[in-house]
Amino acid sequence: MTASPSGNGRRPEVLRLEGLRMYYDTLQGPVKAVDDISFTLYAGERFGLAGESGSGKSSMALTIMRLIKPPARVVSGSIWLNGVDLLTLTDEEMRQRRLAEVSMVAQGSMNSLNPVARVRNMIRDALVNHDVKLSKAEFETKVRSLLAEVGLKPEVADMYPHELSGGMKQRVIIAIAISLSPKVIIADEPTSALDVVVQRHVMQTLRKVQADIGAAVILVGHDMGLMAQFVERLGIMYAGRLIEVSPVREIFARPRHPYTRLLISSLPSKKAKGEFRGIPGLPPSLLSLPTGCPFHPRCPESIDRCRSEVPTLREMQPDVWAACHLA
Amino acid sequence: MTALLEARHVTKIFGGGLFDRNVTVALEDFSMSIGDGEPTITAIVGESGSGKTTLARLLLGIASATKGEVLYRGKNVAKLSGAEHRQFLRDVQVVFQDPFEVYNPFYKVDHVLTAPVKEFGLAKSREEMYSLIEEALETVGLRPDETLGRHPHQLSGGQRQRVMVARALVLKPRVILADEPVSMIDASLRATVLASLQRLRQEFGISIVYITHDLTTAYQVSDSIVVLYRGSVAEVGDITPVVQDPKHPYTRLLIGSIPEADPDLPWSEEAAPALAGEKRGPAACKFADRCPSAMPKCLAETPKLYQTDEHRAAACFLYEEAPVLKADDMDRVFRIKGAMAGLTR
Repeated sequence: MTASPSGNGRRPEVLRLEGLRMYYDTLQGPVKAVDDISFTLYAGERFGLAGESGSGKSSMALTIMRLIKPPARVVSGSIWLNGVDLLTLTDEEMRQRRLAEVSMVAQGSMNSLNPVARVRNMIRDALVNHDVKLSKAEFETKVRSLLAEVGLKPEVADMYPHELSGGMKQRVIIAIAISLSPKVIIADEPTSALDVVVQRHVMQTLRKVQADIGAAVILVGHDMGLMAQFVERLGIMYAGRLIEVSPVREIFARPRHPYTRLLISSLPSKKAKGEFRGIPGLPPSLLSLPTGCPFHPRCPESIDRCRSEVPTLREMQPDVWAACHLA
Repeated sequence: MTALLEARHVTKIFGGGLFDRNVTVALEDFSMSIGDGEPTITAIVGESGSGKTTLARLLLGIASATKGEVLYRGKNVAKLSGAEHRQFLRDVQVVFQDPFEVYNPFYKVDHVLTAPVKEFGLAKSREEMYSLIEEALETVGLRPDETLGRHPHQLSGGQRQRVMVARALVLKPRVILADEPVSMIDASLRATVLASLQRLRQEFGISIVYITHDLTTAYQVSDSIVVLYRGSVAEVGDITPVVQDPKHPYTRLLIGSIPEADPDLPWSEEAAPALAGEKRGPAACKFADRCPSAMPKCLAETPKLYQTDEHRAAACFLYEEAPVLKADDMDRVFRIKGAMAGLTR
């Protein structure tokens, strides 16, 4: 069972997750942060993963990058990138693939820039670590073209991070992330610390570079507005599981899962001023999930079956997947 | 009638010492009064660097104004007597942005609620203290039995932020400054925090200054709005006309940048600045270099605040036909009297 489109004539796939489970071991037992996730990402596609804090979306991003450390561990499943299961690689093989095949723009990553290095040197580090051999002139051309690609002036190469604004820093991060033209870019809340105007610049930059280098993007976040603006297909996560995967227009027009419906109706809009509608209750503890559907205690539509049987992600119609007994 | 809290021609400048030529004007000639009429929710909206947090710090008395003064019941907050200062600390409460950092992880959440009660001697006995606290928690929609006795990590971000609102409420303040109270909370929980702020206004008559960069939530909760750009007021007025039909080009840029949760309403392309890179005079409009409607005049002069319609004014030469709004008349633009804001040049 993978949330893949059944229609023909689709772009080739670049990344496929199969039954991925990643748990954090704790004294109270395993925290099931990623719980049997399967989906396919197609070449050049913009895919969104949305969910509340603690829904497992960032854990999944880190698992794909193989950047998890104990107590986190992959329990089962596979992550196929260009036909290779990342989970079978040695650490060194995985290191070579990061940046070259799959790169990440992490949450708050603009604070991860080296404060005592010029932008040029940070780009050089990335290339040197991947054994890219360039002459001095070629390297300068590369730096210029990368900065131009993300809309920064060549002078930025000589600057230190403290001389850059938040939006510029995030664009430097994007420049580094695309320096080896990866096929997949994972952007985990890339604009969560930025103002709306800068956010739009950064997202439009990301969109331009992914189109230019033909990379697929997984945008991880909780801002449904950004999702609506950026992605083509959207997956909704709840309690470590994917509960709905559909083309973005379909999700906003006809959400199949009650959680998705509540999530969309809780969004403030400048079109309507008035009542606030949150989602009743709280996300469940990933230590002790409710029996059956993890959303049933908060679900206004739950039936007896929801309390006993875990719904699986099923294809309702071509390309539209939902994990709900009622959908 | 004396306003509870009032900023009068306040300017805050950072830097500019003897050998320091980097002067940052964080807030320029800003006037606003809070809590002298009907309780209101006033949004202060702007990007990073617009001066909104500086304004909050000035109003709280934890930063001092370079020019002008902040008054509490008509007296300069820096010159309050001991007793007056204690009263000030009760009347003016704050809810900060990050509901994760304000807690000491070793204490139970009870601590943030009992500390102010003890400090101000609001309860004679433990029972009385807890009944005060429980009442405050219930007001913000939290169940005391599920909240008290827990450690901060056992609560969600939305619950922690509501505990902070309850903490402010325990002191029965007149004004609450909320500095980005929901920016670190999930969308599905934001509604609960914003709704509890609105209840405070409705049921307890507390005025709220809602400082945010998020125009969408500002629109949901506020009566009026002040849009700041690099320390100056760009637009001010009732929230509905400002959000639905923004006049100032900066407000338009802000509103056009909101990602609408609708794939069929794509982001508009940002209009290119009209006079980018041209030489600006010292008095130029601060937005002139980014403004798609900039005119030569904008590079030379500072626009006044022009009252474009009954309940709104914009600091932009596009509207210089409209009457100039003086700081003293600022009250006129708000439909709900009580909070007034403005600036004079």
